[in-house]
Amino acid sequence: MKKTDTGITKWLLIGISFLFIFVMLVLPLFTVITEAFRNGWAAYQEAVTDEYTVKATLLTLEATFFAVLFNTIFGLFAAWAVTKFRFRGKKILTTLIDIPVTVSPIIAGLIFVLTFGRQSAIYPILQKMDIDIVFAVPGIVLATIFVTFPFISRELIPVLEAQGTDEEEAAALMGEKWSGIFRKITFPHIKWAFLYGIVLCTARAMGEFGAVSVLSGHLRGKTNTLPLHVEILFNEFKYVPAFAVSSILVLIAIVILVIRSMIEYIGKRNGEDVR
Amino acid sequence: MYVELRDINKSFGNFKASDQVSFGIEKGSFIGLLGPSGSGKTTILRMIAGLETPDSGEILINGKVVNDIHPSKRGIGFVFQNYALFRYMTVYDNIAFGLKVQKADRKYIKERVAELISLIGLNGLEKRYPSQLSGGQRQRVAFARAIAPNPQLLLLDEPFAAIDAKVRQELRTWLRETITKLGITSIFVTHDQDEAIEVADKIIITNKGRVEQIGTPAEVYRDPQTAFTASFFGRTSFLTDYRKFKSFADMENVEQAIVRPEFVKVAKLDENIVYRASASEGIVLQTAFRGNTTELTIEVNGSTIYAHRGLNHPEIKVGEKVNVFLYRIFVTSENKAYLLENKTLSDNSVYI
Repeated sequence: MKKTDTGITKWLLIGISFLFIFVMLVLPLFTVITEAFRNGWAAYQEAVTDEYTVKATLLTLEATFFAVLFNTIFGLFAAWAVTKFRFRGKKILTTLIDIPVTVSPIIAGLIFVLTFGRQSAIYPILQKMDIDIVFAVPGIVLATIFVTFPFISRELIPVLEAQGTDEEEAAALMGEKWSGIFRKITFPHIKWAFLYGIVLCTARAMGEFGAVSVLSGHLRGKTNTLPLHVEILFNEFKYVPAFAVSSILVLIAIVILVIRSMIEYIGKRNGEDVR
Repeated sequence: MYVELRDINKSFGNFKASDQVSFGIEKGSFIGLLGPSGSGKTTILRMIAGLETPDSGEILINGKVVNDIHPSKRGIGFVFQNYALFRYMTVYDNIAFGLKVQKADRKYIKERVAELISLIGLNGLEKRYPSQLSGGQRQRVAFARAIAPNPQLLLLDEPFAAIDAKVRQELRTWLRETITKLGITSIFVTHDQDEAIEVADKIIITNKGRVEQIGTPAEVYRDPQTAFTASFFGRTSFLTDYRKFKSFADMENVEQAIVRPEFVKVAKLDENIVYRASASEGIVLQTAFRGNTTELTIEVNGSTIYAHRGLNHPEIKVGEKVNVFLYRIFVTSENKAYLLENKTLSDNSVYI
């Protein structure tokens, strides 16, 4: 009896999981693609190669690049500091790192508008230095960084914590410098978590809508990212172009996942311990 | 003295890990730092290595104060409790690590690593990763890695704790022999009394952050100076009132009376024993087969004591009445331990 019980449970769970993923994920993705090609290849091509679409794509890639770059460096340092040293305020720091995922992106955007906008005390200084943040590209990059910054450090902290500090101590005792310790001992250990963090961070950065929406000002061809561009097209009832532009985002996401799987595959083939 | 600690104090928050610790170690000796967990022995080892900094006091290695000298410049090798082998490096790279950091000559590194690999008996396993080795093999690699750069002082933190009993015995002997052969001054930390007695030239006993006693294994075992040392070795039991046992000298202010199993002679009522007049009658509460002996738990004169009985004697059962004779006991007074011999032993006229 027991055996058939687990059989039913097993297939029920698998069935529910598949159904859920199909309805919530596969179906919408499928819809995006079919809607994008509803009026044929030519219409799709036209929508995708549209001047504003290309500019929005480039801006999205630019914001993503800077966000990932910054968060990679910051995430590594933060995770390293939190796990390898004992200091006061460590709890506060780990809590603060999580704030971006708990605060609504819209509020994050508003915070930046209030901090760097016309009402702000530092606005005249920025003005003098000829730096535009709100309704300009720096604002978009800033918002993207803010929203995505826990992603890499959050992946690294548990792995670094599990590793402990013995191996580093052993290397330090033999006279290795900290850069060498990081390169030869710590990094090989966090490599896969690190990669996974970058993938998550990239995906999230590209799709960011809320905070960027508040800060961008929706200037077409200037401060419009792909998600914002999709919204504009959609609001103008241009469904086919809207879905066509969406399909670009889907495509980039798939490319990132494929790259990640490939790197993992290579790692596994070399006998490494991948997650 | 090759290594010397002078009035070392160290606290972690409210926890006093080292309390006025002072001792000296001669060159070429093999020292066991022995104590229960939390007694501060690992902290002492880590301070000598420079992985922790003492709050006060001086550490000297080879006559030089090393408090402000970087760990890597102290000329030490360190074997970590869980070995801390570099898991993404092969056995070869693990052992070569220290030499590569020192930018030693390539040919020399090759020779030295090959020499060490044959010393630890892992020929042919150079390309394995630590995860592909057994516990005993990992321990040997950790040892080889620590001594590769020819340190003057080797520190080992619980070197046998993570290995199963049978291999541990083998490794102990191997390590003892190897270290003697190399003649390197070594200090190892352990909570296992048998291990310390078997391996070390000298034992430093620590308790609650303090050094209790220093001496050869025979000295600390036979002649404990403090209450802690007296009760630490062996399966000790405490007598509620030692005066109830016959023929012991009376002492003032005795706090504890301690008995080790080897101090106790147990005999069946119908067995002939010498000193019968000084024996007390007890009742056996428990027997436990220990392989080479049987351990008896006996209630006698209101105390519960442990005794051993050889397998060549007639078996004693639970509930049986027995004669119990104590050859000697330790008594403590104001944290000092004294040995009391049974007076019958020196008094021939009591023979039956």
